[in-house]
Amino acid sequence: MSAEKQQPDVAVAFNDVAKSFGSLDVFCGLTLSLPKDQTTAIVGTSGSGKTTLLQMINGLEKPDTGGVEVFGQQVPTQGLEVFRRGIGYAVQGAGLFPHLTAQQNVTLVAQLEGWPEPRMQARFDELLRAVGLAADVATRLPRQLSGGQQQRLGICRALMLQPPILLLDEPFSAVDPITRLGLYESFEQVRETTPATTVLVTHDLREAKRLAEFMVILDAGEVVQSGAPAEVLAHPASPYAERLIESQLS
Amino acid sequence: MSKGLWLLCLLLCWTGVQAGQTSEENRAVVVGSKNFGESYLLAEIAAQVLEAQGYMVTRQFGLGGTLICYEALKNGEIDLYPEYTGTLSQAVLNLPGNPTRQQINQALQADGLELLSEYGFNNTYAVVVRDAQAAALGLERIGDLQGTQLAFAFSHEFLRREDGWPGLAQRYGLSQPVTGIEHALAYQAMDDQAIDVTDAYSTDGELQRYRLRILQDDLGYFPEYRAATLVQANASLELRSALAGLHNMLNESQVQALNAKVALQGLGFAEVAAVFIGDNSARLGVAKLQRGDGQTAWSQQAWVVELWGHFLRHLQLTGTALLAAISIGLSLSLLVYRRRRLAAGLVYFCGLMQTVPSLALLALMIPVFGIGFVPAIIALFLYSLLPIVRNAITALANTDPTLVKVSMALGLGPWEQLRYLRLPLATPAIFAGIRTAAVISIGTATLAAFIGAGGLGEPIVVGLSLNDTDMILRGAIPAAVLAILVEIAFGALERRVSPPQ
Repeated sequence: MSAEKQQPDVAVAFNDVAKSFGSLDVFCGLTLSLPKDQTTAIVGTSGSGKTTLLQMINGLEKPDTGGVEVFGQQVPTQGLEVFRRGIGYAVQGAGLFPHLTAQQNVTLVAQLEGWPEPRMQARFDELLRAVGLAADVATRLPRQLSGGQQQRLGICRALMLQPPILLLDEPFSAVDPITRLGLYESFEQVRETTPATTVLVTHDLREAKRLAEFMVILDAGEVVQSGAPAEVLAHPASPYAERLIESQLS
Repeated sequence: MSKGLWLLCLLLCWTGVQAGQTSEENRAVVVGSKNFGESYLLAEIAAQVLEAQGYMVTRQFGLGGTLICYEALKNGEIDLYPEYTGTLSQAVLNLPGNPTRQQINQALQADGLELLSEYGFNNTYAVVVRDAQAAALGLERIGDLQGTQLAFAFSHEFLRREDGWPGLAQRYGLSQPVTGIEHALAYQAMDDQAIDVTDAYSTDGELQRYRLRILQDDLGYFPEYRAATLVQANASLELRSALAGLHNMLNESQVQALNAKVALQGLGFAEVAAVFIGDNSARLGVAKLQRGDGQTAWSQQAWVVELWGHFLRHLQLTGTALLAAISIGLSLSLLVYRRRRLAAGLVYFCGLMQTVPSLALLALMIPVFGIGFVPAIIALFLYSLLPIVRNAITALANTDPTLVKVSMALGLGPWEQLRYLRLPLATPAIFAGIRTAAVISIGTATLAAFIGAGGLGEPIVVGLSLNDTDMILRGAIPAAVLAILVEIAFGALERRVSPPQ
């Protein structure tokens, strides 16, 4: 994907996007740019449109009007499968296929892409090390793994094809606080070894502050504030942002 | 999972091939009969008379009723079967009164059939009561039933026929409620005093055994049922002359005696027929049969061997039908599961098939597919579809939406999503459907005997017609055991091929 069309430092651009589900308007003219090679946290309460925004990036949801560009390229309507394989995706609860082993889950798409066995194995081992999982999880089924292990594998699966962009939909929220801390450390380590543009949807400001370099606060489908997390948290620019910060950080 | 399916397909293919091999039939002369004792006996006499004259005879006995026999003859599936004038004029041709054979034959021309000369007796419908009860209530004529509080139960055919209950009730002014009962079970029910009044054939051997009294038809309601061979109008002269000896071969009391030998003494049809032919060989125009040769061998053929044949045939019927239902049912399910309306329509259609009574479905199929193996397979196939299709569609369409979303985000196309997600997760449900279908069709396949497809239904049908519990069980027990074994085997297979979850 080339970055010639727009500013070279923009990974994802929403241009005047409108989206509704039935009579419920989620976005009315959303315009937003997300920086390249950085982690952006999309923060907001439930129903603010965070997940819909994320899913418009890989075409799981389509804007009614307006356009979404990823690295300067419009999200296609045809050949979405190929496009999506260039985008990592991990969700809350990991969403591993219950009938496949840990390794089969992580390497499924690489297998479909026709990767040779040794390359697949090497990449898998590398990812396991990066997220701090022991090699013996490889042959286990998801139900034989802890929530934290499943979530780590979910991230491994998202990273398997070395995508230039990674979408994370609250992947750290369904585990206990200590496991979550471990996941943060794993994530940071992974990012050091394979840097990529990351879009993280979360309702947790501490998480955003710890992991993200850029933060967007969404309220009812509107961007109420964006910028570096430290900046945003120190100077909330709206009553909503203030309330959000107050509820979590004071 | 795919390994398991392949294994299953291979197994079913094998039974299909076996079925194809054994269904080769010699078409020299095919003799049919209905599913009651006298029809078996008359057909067996005709068959042996033909065999004695060098014919290769295939027996298609126990066909499920007049309609099935008539249609089978019309379609050339069988070459002849014993029929009654009253049945033809009332139930088939709609001729009033008691028409002569010539009048009947005129009407039969349209269907290309012909009734040969009569056997010499009249087996009419009769209304019977227990002797003891008749004496107690002073019942002699049908009209005496008026206003009594007796339990009336008639065979299903009698209840529907124009010359059956509706007209009888009208003629004699009877207004009692009636229930339907299988003819072969009626005598037992009479004996148990579960019912008090039923229909019978005037030549039934059981009338003596159960001490039943025929009430006089003083208003002459019942038409005559003179027995004769029904053949195709273009039957060869050779065949006609071979059957000529059957003309006037029996009177009523002789038939009752023969029927009683089967019904009361438990002798086989073949044996009773052979003795009769042996005693009357000159009159029947056949060489004296050598007793103790082929005929007794036939009747004493080890029943285990016979049962094994029925068992294999049963497996072939259900296996072939199941294979077809799996391949077509699953293909259709895969095609439509994403389209909600189409899927609902398909499930609805399969459900509709399930509600058609099995005998009706078999009868409906005769004009198109004839009788025997093929229509039986098709009927079983239609009955097997519902559990397979419904389970497959439900399971395929209701995959965890989160996983579906994830699979799309991973860049899996529709086919890959099916192959790596929906199908493996649906496998247990699909197998459960196949298992249900297998058990249903093993049970339903016993009815295939009504259209001459053989299987474990054959001893059941013969046993029912003879009121022979042993023989019924000889078919029913293996069928039940087979159903249980299949249930267990499929359960094991299901556990083997289901993905761990």
